[in-house]
Amino acid sequence: MSISRRDFIRIAGLSTLFGLGARGAYELIAPGQLEAKSVPEAAATGKRWAMVVDMHKVDADTARKCAVACHRLHNVPDFANPVNPKYKVDPEELVRWEVKWIWTDHFHNTFPGLDQQFQQERLDKLPFLVLCNHCENPACVRVCPTQATFRREDGVVMMDMHRCIGCRYCMAACPYGARSFNWRDPRPYVKEINPDYPTRELGVVEKCTFCVERLEKNLMPACVVESKGALIFGDLNNPKSTVRQVLRQSYTIRRKPHLGTNPQVYYIV
Amino acid sequence: MKKDVKNEFGVFGERPQVPKKLYNAKYIFGGLLIFLALVILPILPNLGKAVPPPKPQVDTPAIQKLAGQDKQCVEDTAWMRANHMLLLNDWREEVVRTGKREYTGKGGKKYNPSLSNTCMECHSNKSQFCDQCHNYVAVVPNCWGCHLEKEKKVAKAEAK
Repeated sequence: MSISRRDFIRIAGLSTLFGLGARGAYELIAPGQLEAKSVPEAAATGKRWAMVVDMHKVDADTARKCAVACHRLHNVPDFANPVNPKYKVDPEELVRWEVKWIWTDHFHNTFPGLDQQFQQERLDKLPFLVLCNHCENPACVRVCPTQATFRREDGVVMMDMHRCIGCRYCMAACPYGARSFNWRDPRPYVKEINPDYPTRELGVVEKCTFCVERLEKNLMPACVVESKGALIFGDLNNPKSTVRQVLRQSYTIRRKPHLGTNPQVYYIV
Repeated sequence: MKKDVKNEFGVFGERPQVPKKLYNAKYIFGGLLIFLALVILPILPNLGKAVPPPKPQVDTPAIQKLAGQDKQCVEDTAWMRANHMLLLNDWREEVVRTGKREYTGKGGKKYNPSLSNTCMECHSNKSQFCDQCHNYVAVVPNCWGCHLEKEKKVAKAEAK
């Protein structure tokens, strides 16, 4: 069996037409889904929480105060300070078990790739306040097998401790190290328990939640209150909000934006 | 005296006679006795006694302070007795996953759906109110691994 040149060209042309039509059909069924989005559009309605860290105002003392306020409010264990001395932890495990929601890090760890051999001297000494970035496209949410971590409509990446099975996929996925695993029961390491907020249990992952329980009551997150203006928090969808004003006025950078997670904690350096 | 046995296959010597005797009888019966004793022992203390059915206490000082109408729980007592676990699961889903922090109870009153901050605020006697029934029916809810009971704190405040 042979095929004439005319038939070949006709079949090839029809196939091409069919292929072009398929793309159109896909657009018709699921408009806008075919192309991967490089810059996601923000929802026009509702809130979208974000934070700006003004490193001109953050010093070691403020940073420590913010972390202490957050950790005290959320019953975050401090393994270096057990309630009962008999629960003392080895120094090696102290590092491995550490649970943190907000902490400080060096410039070269906070913004890898942006550090230079010769750079502004103050950058080496600044305690960069780091926390969960509440990404627009969170890697932790993609990998969670039980949907224990999920993104709320207002942009907060939440943890549902009731669903967490402790597989730690999210910890492997998060490029910011913002998640901590409870290697043991944290209660013996919470000095002053805040009875209004639950503790965690052995075997769950925890992280910053932008203080959703405070946002619900129209209160600012605990670290923002404690920072005295160094941390600016607000709604990105509201053009009049302070975060939007600050973002308009100052040049800000974000942590590892090239990874495509679209982090929502901005830094004025 | 030896007796030969004859059958269709040939002539055979008599089978050896084994005396019908239980060997090691004292060890066997002794072992059985110990086994029975071990099985029965835990049952003995409660033999013939009925475990009293739980009587959850609802007259905590927090509830006594409430005025007549406010003494009502979020739903009917009978309904709560049967379905409180479902209600708590619903509250959990709504608060954590949808962020809805308001529950309209019976009679239209609004509540903050929270185990520690709403339920335990009135029912401040966890050991009397929760544990008693749960122990009786042998269920172990895992609420208290994370959520905090306020019983001790309330007891402390009352002692002052």
